[in-house]
Order: sequence, then C-alpha cells, then structure tokens
Amino acid sequence: MTPSKQNVLIKLRHLKPSPTSMVLSATLLSCLVLLTNTAHAGDPLTGKDIYNRCIGCHSFADNRTGPRHCNLFGRKAGTVQGFDYSDAMRNSKIVWNETTLDAFLKAPLQNIPGTIMGYAGVKNDRERADLIAYLKQASGSSECK
Amino acid sequence: MSSQTNQKQASLFTETLLQSRRNFLRKAGASTFSATTVALLAGCSTKLAMADSGSSANASVKQDIRILNTAIGAEHEAVAAYQLGAESGLLVPDVLKVAVKFQGHHKEHIDALSAAVTKLGGHAAAAKPKYNFPVSKLKKQKDVLEFAAGLERGAVSAYVGAIPVFDNRDLSAAAASILADEAMHWAVLRNALGLDPVPEAFYS
Ligand code: HEC
Repeated sequence: MTPSKQNVLIKLRHLKPSPTSMVLSATLLSCLVLLTNTAHAGDPLTGKDIYNRCIGCHSFADNRTGPRHCNLFGRKAGTVQGFDYSDAMRNSKIVWNETTLDAFLKAPLQNIPGTIMGYAGVKNDRERADLIAYLKQASGSSECK
Repeated sequence: MSSQTNQKQASLFTETLLQSRRNFLRKAGASTFSATTVALLAGCSTKLAMADSGSSANASVKQDIRILNTAIGAEHEAVAAYQLGAESGLLVPDVLKVAVKFQGHHKEHIDALSAAVTKLGGHAAAAKPKYNFPVSKLKKQKDVLEFAAGLERGAVSAYVGAIPVFDNRDLSAAAASILADEAMHWAVLRNALGLDPVPEAFYS
C-alpha cells in the first residue's frame, strides 16, 4: 500500500461511524490493524519518499520558502543564517532531535503557535519515524558538509 | 498573461469567498439576499477590525494570513523557476509555450492569494530578490522538466498540507482549486518526461 493511501485510510479512521458506514468501518479496521505500529524504528529509505511532501518548500542545500535542512540535528530552531523565520520559531528555544522533530512534524501549528510553516503535519507515527530517520541521515550526509 | 486576466481571476477568487455564504443563505430561504450578504460582510470586517484586540477570532485570521503568505512565497519561487527555464535556451518552442503558460497560472495564483491576504487585512508576501536554483545541473531540456516537475509535486503536497489548517473554509476551497491546477501541471510534465503521468490514486 502506498504511503498516501495509508494516510487517507488513517484519516478515515477518525470519522464518526454512522449506521450505514459500520460495514465499511469493519473492513477498514482490518486494514488499519496492519498499519498501526507505535514502536517503529524509522526507515530512511521510506522516509526519502515521505520527504517528497516537503520539497515544495525545503531542500537540504538551500534556503527556499523554508530553511535549509543540512545539519538540522543538534541545531537550535530558527537559526539558519539568511532565513527570515517567524518570531515564534526564533524564540521557541527548541533544539532539533528525534523527539522535538516528532512533536513539531506531527502538528507544526499546534507545536509552535505562530509558525509560518502552514502545513498540517505528518500524522502517521510510522511515516514520521521514517521521515525523521531520513532527515537524520541526509542532513548529516557528505552533500551537507 | 495580461494583468487584466489576472485581476479577473483575483476577483473570481474573492467571489468564491462569498459564494458559500450565498449558497447557505439560499438554502436558508433568505429572500433579502443582498442585504443579508452585506450584513455578513460587515460582520466579517468587524472581526477583522478587531485585529489588535488579541481575540481568538483574530488569532485565526492571523494564522490564515501566515499560511497564505507562505503559499504565496512558494508560488513566487515557481514563477522565478519557470522564468529560469524559459530563458535557459534549453526548451524547444512547443515546450517553451507550455512552460510560459504554467508560469502564467502561478502568477494568477499569486494574484488570487494576495487579494485574499489584503482582504483579511494583511500584507501579501513579495518575491525574493534572488532564488537558489540548481542552475549548474540544468544542461538539457529533460533537466529543466524534471526540475519543474519536482516543484509542482512539492506544491501539490504543500496545498494538501495547507487545506486542513485554514480556519476559513473558503480559503480551503480556493486552495483546493489551485491544488487541482498544480496537479495537472505535474501530470503534464511527467508525461513529457516519459513517466506515468498519474501513478497513484492518492497523494499526500
Ligand atoms: C508550505 C511550505 C512548507 C512545507 C510544505 C514544509 N515546510 Fe518546513 N518550514 C517552512 C517554513 C516557512 C519554515 C519556517 C517556519 C518559521 O519560521 O516559523 C519551516 C521550518 C521547518 C523546520 C525548522 C527548521 C529550522 O531551521 O529551525 C523544520 C525541521 C521543517 N520545516 C521540516 C519540514 C518537513 C520535514 C516538511 C515535510 C513534511 C516540511 N517542513 C514541509 C515551510 C514548509
């Protein structure tokens, strides 16, 4: 199943059941049981595919609509030179690591109210773990040195 | 793309902002349609006039403006990217025509989104003086098409991510309409690259 399809199914899980949708829910549920996985070691290869959702605004090498992602891990939020951050991001006192990225990428606007990253987030825990594993690998790669 | 067309598009967008209210009113059987619309709009400006009162309604308007402006920033980048492609001398005339057309669409998106920002009482983001593009990697037409396809693919995801977080649903509807256009660009570019133009049923 493609990540996007998984995503749609997971969103559908939050719909309130109506009598007519109960049968559908039962069918969906059997799929979803297979998808639900909380303790997942991120896979950077799958994460690279998820990162395609970010490339409208980000790249590793350059500041674009969003800041560059090279050397992201261990960096203080809002500190890339030459990027015009929101005050909210600049004053967040966050240092980027697996835990802080997980919270931010799940729901950017709730995690840092006032951020200009107008993006709903990556809601699926497994997708987020894969994405973060890829961010870690690629942001420290030779391309970024 | 004439600026007249752009203006028409922008006003169409504003029109869309009002349309859902009209539909609602029609369903509610309101006969004094225009008077009620005016009243609603007045209510809307009152909400905006409270811009510095720190109310929660105001916080959501400000958030909508931030989301719009980030989208405008990405659209400006797309316009600059197509400009780079068009001036590269790498595109055959038929492909160049399509690139210029797509660039025109992105300009129209900027006009429409900027009109919405202004209407909400904000200042629309301007283009950057300079963009960092992988110029040294663009050596043939295929490179330019792949570059453009990447931007359009990214734009699709950006709008997928923006649509659920607008407070004002009319903005979500407008963003969905832009998303459809960018998805078509992406499919056409994939086709030109000899790739399956529509590889999946869902996109995140
Ligand atoms: C619509 C454009 C857009 C999209 C799509 C987007 N971002 Fe962002 N991102 C931004 C902007 C703009 C900022 C700066 C936010 C601020 O200053 O409040 C940012 C900031 C960030 C930061 C903080 C970086 C720093 O230097 O402190 C991270 C991490 C990040 N984004 C990751 C991602 C990832 C991963 C994705 C894909 C799932 C993504 N973003 C999708 C626009 C975007």
